Amino acid sequence: MALTTLGSTGGSAARSITAGLTRKGVDLRSKLVEGSLIGALGITMVILAVLVADIIQRSWSVWTDRPVDFLTSGLNNSSAAEAGVSSAIRGTVTLCLIVIVVAFPLGIACAVFLEEYAGKSRFARWTRVNVRNLAGVPSIVYGLLGLGIFVKALDALGNSADNLQGRGFFALRWLGNVFEFFAGNQGRNVFAGGLALSALVLPIVVITTSEALRAVPGAIREGALGVGATKWEMIRHHVLPAAAPGILTGTVLSLARAAGEAAPILLVGAVTGTLITGNKGFLDQLSGPFTALPAAIFSYARAQGEDFRAVTAATALVLLVLVLIMNGFAIALRNRYDRKW
Amino acid sequence: MAAVTPTSPAPIILRTNSRRRFRDNAARGVFVSAAMTTFVITMLIIGTLAFDAWDFIRQVTSAERGQGWQLALTVIAGFALAALAVRSIAPRIGTTGALPWLRRALWPLAFVAVLVVGFSVFGGWTLLNSLGSELTQVGWFPRRGLFDMSTIIVGTFVIVGIAMIVAVPLGIGAAVYLAEYARPRVRKVVKPIVEVLAGIPSVVLAFFALAFINPNIVVRFFDPPNKAASMLAAGIAVGILTIPIIASVTEDALRAVPLALREASFGLGAQRSQTTFRVVFPAGISGIVAALILGISRAIGETMVVAIAAGASGGALFHFDPLQGGQTMTAAMAGLGFGSDQVAGADAAFQSLFFIGALLFLMTLLLNVLGDKLVARVREVY
Repeated sequence: MALTTLGSTGGSAARSITAGLTRKGVDLRSKLVEGSLIGALGITMVILAVLVADIIQRSWSVWTDRPVDFLTSGLNNSSAAEAGVSSAIRGTVTLCLIVIVVAFPLGIACAVFLEEYAGKSRFARWTRVNVRNLAGVPSIVYGLLGLGIFVKALDALGNSADNLQGRGFFALRWLGNVFEFFAGNQGRNVFAGGLALSALVLPIVVITTSEALRAVPGAIREGALGVGATKWEMIRHHVLPAAAPGILTGTVLSLARAAGEAAPILLVGAVTGTLITGNKGFLDQLSGPFTALPAAIFSYARAQGEDFRAVTAATALVLLVLVLIMNGFAIALRNRYDRKW
Repeated sequence: MAAVTPTSPAPIILRTNSRRRFRDNAARGVFVSAAMTTFVITMLIIGTLAFDAWDFIRQVTSAERGQGWQLALTVIAGFALAALAVRSIAPRIGTTGALPWLRRALWPLAFVAVLVVGFSVFGGWTLLNSLGSELTQVGWFPRRGLFDMSTIIVGTFVIVGIAMIVAVPLGIGAAVYLAEYARPRVRKVVKPIVEVLAGIPSVVLAFFALAFINPNIVVRFFDPPNKAASMLAAGIAVGILTIPIIASVTEDALRAVPLALREASFGLGAQRSQTTFRVVFPAGISGIVAALILGISRAIGETMVVAIAAGASGGALFHFDPLQGGQTMTAAMAGLGFGSDQVAGADAAFQSLFFIGALLFLMTLLLNVLGDKLVARVREVY
C-alpha cells in the first residue's frame, strides 16, 4: 500500500527510493568512499609512526655512543661531541614546577568560583569571556607578555633589591637578597619563563576544570546541602572528589602543553647558544640564565653538521618521551574514569 | 491518668558553628580572589598588547606624519572609549529613559570603534612600510631596516594555505570515518592515537620538517632552488599539527547530529556514503566550518615550525613561491625576539614586535570567537 502511494505521486524521488530499497549486488561507490576515509585515517597514523621512527633512528648513534654523557652534559651548540641536555632537563622540570605552583591552584580556584559561586554576575561573565578568548591565542603572544611584563617586573625587582641591600635593618637586607634571587640575569630567568607559561595554561586549566565541575550532577550538591553542609564542605567533600579525575586529566594535559612550548620561553630569553653551569651553586643556577628542552631543540636544530642532527633528534626524543608519558597518563585516566552520571 | 505530654524528639539540626562558618567564608574569599587574579591577568595580557601596539603607532605617526595624524587618532580613540562605556551602561538606560538618543547613538559609536581599530592597523602598516621605503627591495629584513608587513602576511597565507591542503582532507576524512564508519572497538583504539598526535610539541615537528619532510618529500618531488629548507616543508608540518584539532571538532560536530536523521535516510534506501555526505554532513556543517576556522587560527599562530623549517631566519623578500624560504608573522616575531637573534637597540624593531603580536592576537581572536559561535550553534540546534 505504501509503495503504491509512493508510485502514485510519481517523480524521481519515488523512483530512486524504490531503486535504493530493491538494489542488489556490491555497492561500489560506498566501498570507495569508505576506502578513502580509511586512507585519511591511515595516513594520519602513518605520519605519526614515521615521525617517531625517524627520530629514534636518527638519535640512535647518540644512545649507543654516549647515553650517560649526553644526559649529563650542558647545552653546547659549538661541539656536537660535548652537547647534552642536563641543563635543558633541569630547566623544563623547573618550569613545570612553577606552572604547577602558580597556574594550577589559581586556575582550579577560579573555575570553582565561576561554577559554584558566581552565577550570572557581570564580573563572572567578563572573566568567562576573557578566559575563553585567551584560550586560543597563539603561544608566542604569551612570550610577548612575558617579555613585556614579567621580565620588566623582575628586572625592576632587581633594581629595588640594590636599594634594599644598602639598608642597615637586617630584614630589609634579607628581602633585598630574595628580590635579587628572583631578578637574576636582568629578569630573563626561569621565573619569568615559568610565569609566561603559567599565563599560557591558565585559561586551559580554567576551561577544563569548569567542564569537569559542570559534569557533576546538581543532585550531589543538593544532597550535601540538604544534610546541612556548608557550601565549602559541599565543595570540599562532594564536588571536588567527584570532579577530581576530570580536573587531573585537564591539568596534566595542559602541563604537557607547557613542557612542549618553545616560543614563549625563547622570547622571554631562554639560552640558545651554550649553557654549561659547571660547579655553580644550586641557587645560582636557578636564578641565572636558563634553558629548556624545546629551546635546546631549537638551538641544536639550527647548528650545522650531521652530528648535530643526531643530537637534535636525541633531545627531541627526550622531550617526546616526557610529553607522551604525561599525555598517555591523562588519556588513560580519562578513559578509566569516564563515567556518565 | 496523667496526661502524657508527647515528648517531641530533640530537633537534630546541624547548626553551623562559628568555626564552620568561618571556614565557609574563608573558602569563598579564596575563590573570589583567585577569580579576580585571573581576571586581572587576562586584562593585563590584552591591555599590554593594546598599549604597546598603540604606543608604537603613536610614535611612528608622530615622527613620520606630523601632529595631524596623531590628533586624529587620539580623537577617534576617545570616541571609541566613549562608545565602549556607553555600550556597557546601555542596558541600564532603558528604552523609555531620559536618554533615548544615547541608545540610538550606540551603533554609530560602535562603528567608530571599528574604524579606530582599522585606522590603527592601517597606520602601523603604512608606518612599517615607510621605514623601508628608501630601499628598492620589498621584504622583511629588520637588520637592514626593511619592515614590509605585506611580505610576512603573504607568507602567513602561503603557509596556512599549504597547511589546509594537507590537514583538511586528512582531518575531516579521519573524523568522518571515526564518527560514521568505525566500530566502537576500533574507535576506542584509534582515537587515543590521534590524540597523541595532538600532544606532539611543535618544535619536534619543526625538526621533523627540516630533517625528514624537506629532503624526502619537497626536494625529491619539487626540485626547489634552496635544498636546505622551504616554506612547503614548513606548511606540510603545520598541516600535520592542525590535523588533530580539525579532526576532533569535526567528529564532535558529526556525533551531535541526531541518529534519527541517519535512520530516516537509511529508511529511504540511501547508502552509507549518501547518508554521510548528503544528510549528516549538511546537518553538521556549521561545526565543520568551525573546525576549519579553528584549524586556520591554529595554523596562523604556529611559530616554531616556520622559524626552524621555513629557511628564512634573517628575513625574506616579498614572493608567493612556496618552494623558497619565507617568513610568517609569527616567524618574524621569533626573528625579532629570540635569544641570540634578538634585534637589540633598534627601537622600531622591538616595538614592531608588539605591533605584529597585537595584530596576530586580533586575527586569531576574531577567528576563535567565530569558531566558538559556530560550535555553540551546533550544540543548540540538536
